Amino acid sequence: MNSPATDGSGSTTPLSSRLSTQVKRIQPSAGWRALDLGQLVAYHELLFFLMWRDIMIRYRQTAVGVAWVLLQPLLTMAVFSVFFGRLGQMPSNGLPYPLFVLTGLLPWQLFAFALNHASNSLVLEQRLITKVYFPRLIVPVASVLAGVVDFCVTFVLVLLAILWFGIRPSLAILTVPLLVFILLCAALAVGLWLATLNVQYRDVRYAIPFLTQFWMFLTPVAYPANLVPPAYRAWYGLNPMTGVVEGFRWALLGAEPPDWRMMAVSAGVVAVLLTSSLIYFRRMEQTFADVI
Amino acid sequence: MSETALRVQNLGKKYHLGATRQVAVNLRDQIARLSLRGLLKYAERVEKRPTFWALKDVSFEIKRGEVVGVIGGNGAGKSTLLKILSQITEPTKGWAEIHGRVGSLLEVGTGFNPELTGRENIFLNGAILGMRRREIIRKFDEIVEFAEVERFLDTAVKHYSSGMHTKLAFSVAAHLEPEILIVDEVLAVGDSNFQRKCLNKMEAVSGAGRTVLFVSHNMATVLRLCPRCIMLHQGQVLADGPSEEVTRTYLQSGLGMTAVREWTDPVLAPGNHVARLVSVRVLDEAGANTATMEIQSAVGVELTFDALEPGHVLVPSVRIFNEGTVCLFHGQDNEPEWCRKPRPRGRYQCTMWIPGNFLAEGVFTACAGLATLVPEKLHFYEPDAISFQVVDRMLPGGTRGDFQGNYPGVVRPKLKWTTEPLGAPPQR
Repeated sequence: MNSPATDGSGSTTPLSSRLSTQVKRIQPSAGWRALDLGQLVAYHELLFFLMWRDIMIRYRQTAVGVAWVLLQPLLTMAVFSVFFGRLGQMPSNGLPYPLFVLTGLLPWQLFAFALNHASNSLVLEQRLITKVYFPRLIVPVASVLAGVVDFCVTFVLVLLAILWFGIRPSLAILTVPLLVFILLCAALAVGLWLATLNVQYRDVRYAIPFLTQFWMFLTPVAYPANLVPPAYRAWYGLNPMTGVVEGFRWALLGAEPPDWRMMAVSAGVVAVLLTSSLIYFRRMEQTFADVI
Repeated sequence: MSETALRVQNLGKKYHLGATRQVAVNLRDQIARLSLRGLLKYAERVEKRPTFWALKDVSFEIKRGEVVGVIGGNGAGKSTLLKILSQITEPTKGWAEIHGRVGSLLEVGTGFNPELTGRENIFLNGAILGMRRREIIRKFDEIVEFAEVERFLDTAVKHYSSGMHTKLAFSVAAHLEPEILIVDEVLAVGDSNFQRKCLNKMEAVSGAGRTVLFVSHNMATVLRLCPRCIMLHQGQVLADGPSEEVTRTYLQSGLGMTAVREWTDPVLAPGNHVARLVSVRVLDEAGANTATMEIQSAVGVELTFDALEPGHVLVPSVRIFNEGTVCLFHGQDNEPEWCRKPRPRGRYQCTMWIPGNFLAEGVFTACAGLATLVPEKLHFYEPDAISFQVVDRMLPGGTRGDFQGNYPGVVRPKLKWTTEPLGAPPQR
């Protein structure tokens, strides 16, 4: 057994062989700062570990565990089918209403989860932010990505449901990754804005549940997009989730293809939101530790 | 090797007092400010906000391989300095230049998740501290062995005792191997055995040629680990030099002395369900609470504690340490009044009196404990509860007499000398 005095020295490899020459200058930053992608790459392992932690602890100490991943969309689908489908006689473009809702819920729940998580992420990690250095962007990005695992599980469930209803998805299914990418960018964009605001104004925390609920009704989850009068369609496309949800129905169920102009508007909106949120985030980043 | 590892020039950090509470209350206020008049008013208020400099014009340079201690009282700016150097917060003025990879340890166990197991937390915490996954895998066994938690590796950390928790957290941190290590007061964890182990580890780290910047309140630790020391006071460098000199300056300035410690919050007070420490004070002969004692004066260390559960025999004790962390003595209350007698519930105040003309000059710390001796059970032990200094102003009647030089000895008792005149010396 090593004595305490030697068990320390055993691990400390001589430094001389791997002295780095990097020089870091710390000084007050002047205003706007560029996005430092190199830093993000250097810290990709931390990103991975934070994501992994989110996934590991999510269903710990729950009785049914990972089954919650499936229960959430299934229960919501049941409620919607009863109230909107059966009682409300909501049109579903000729598709079985439960399937129609389920394919809408699949992207929506990922979006809602990612948005909600990202918005609260910085405040939840305030211990980390005040005690350790790392590119702060990792925190919201990790919380957005952590939802993808749940999504994959639900995706399999939805696919099985589709096959069970006798629908054979076309090659359009290959666009799903692209749609998920747009979705994640949208969630990150809005999530970054809210997370940054949340550092200073905790009002955000209370506003988020309303925001997501409101937003869901603005998105064709429980109803088809063509229910919206044509005059408002262009405006409707400003909601990036409209294109994503419609895109999912097209990709999985072979529903009518989404309005590509609307999709372009959606993508444009996402790009603007994401760029502005990144700029704002970088601007505020250096004050997080002092303000949070 | 006299390459620069760390260079700090005129570093300053300004904080706005009440920045988050008074000025920016909520979003509604912010929106209301969106009118031009509102904006002007806001700008005016921001200008007028009271500010203070947590760090002001701090400059120093550290060579590669140096181990430097940073000392100073509360609010001296130590933590702010470390936070700037760790890139957690930005300076308002000046700059710092860091040559090499920095690892900083401002807190033990940052990012530990109670739901995860010990094994999982080692990986998570390692990644947070900036270790690579491969590095963690390589050192995994060593970390586990150091933390002494092999058996509980797959138990959720929330079921750990607080001691195990800190041990695990510290051993992850202790295996960090940056070129420049920045450490805040984190060694004050765990039991004394583990503390010793941590110190050894730190010594090994600094011995391996790493540059270390180390904040501590414990002068003995600073003296042991750091040849050089920087003393901060109100955000400025007050002294910078060999640790013996700087720690002496610090101690003599009285900035680090605490003549009284009180625990107003029972949750935070040392103790258990049997007894709890309320306060510790140091008194001079006249009963006044002061941190500076004449060498002739008796010194009283007063303990106030609550006996919470009746029926226990409680023995208060006090240990006195000098600057070199030598335990001068351990005193315990064996007076017949309470010896072997169970105490009823209540608040007790006892004072241990050290006679005048006994302690040497210098700074002493007192540790306060309370125990039941049979069967042996320690109810609390508060290290470094208070500190005080003893000064010798060479008043007549002291041990020192007319000697003006460096008077040796860890104690300076006034001893009785007897002399017998034995007549004339024998002739040769």
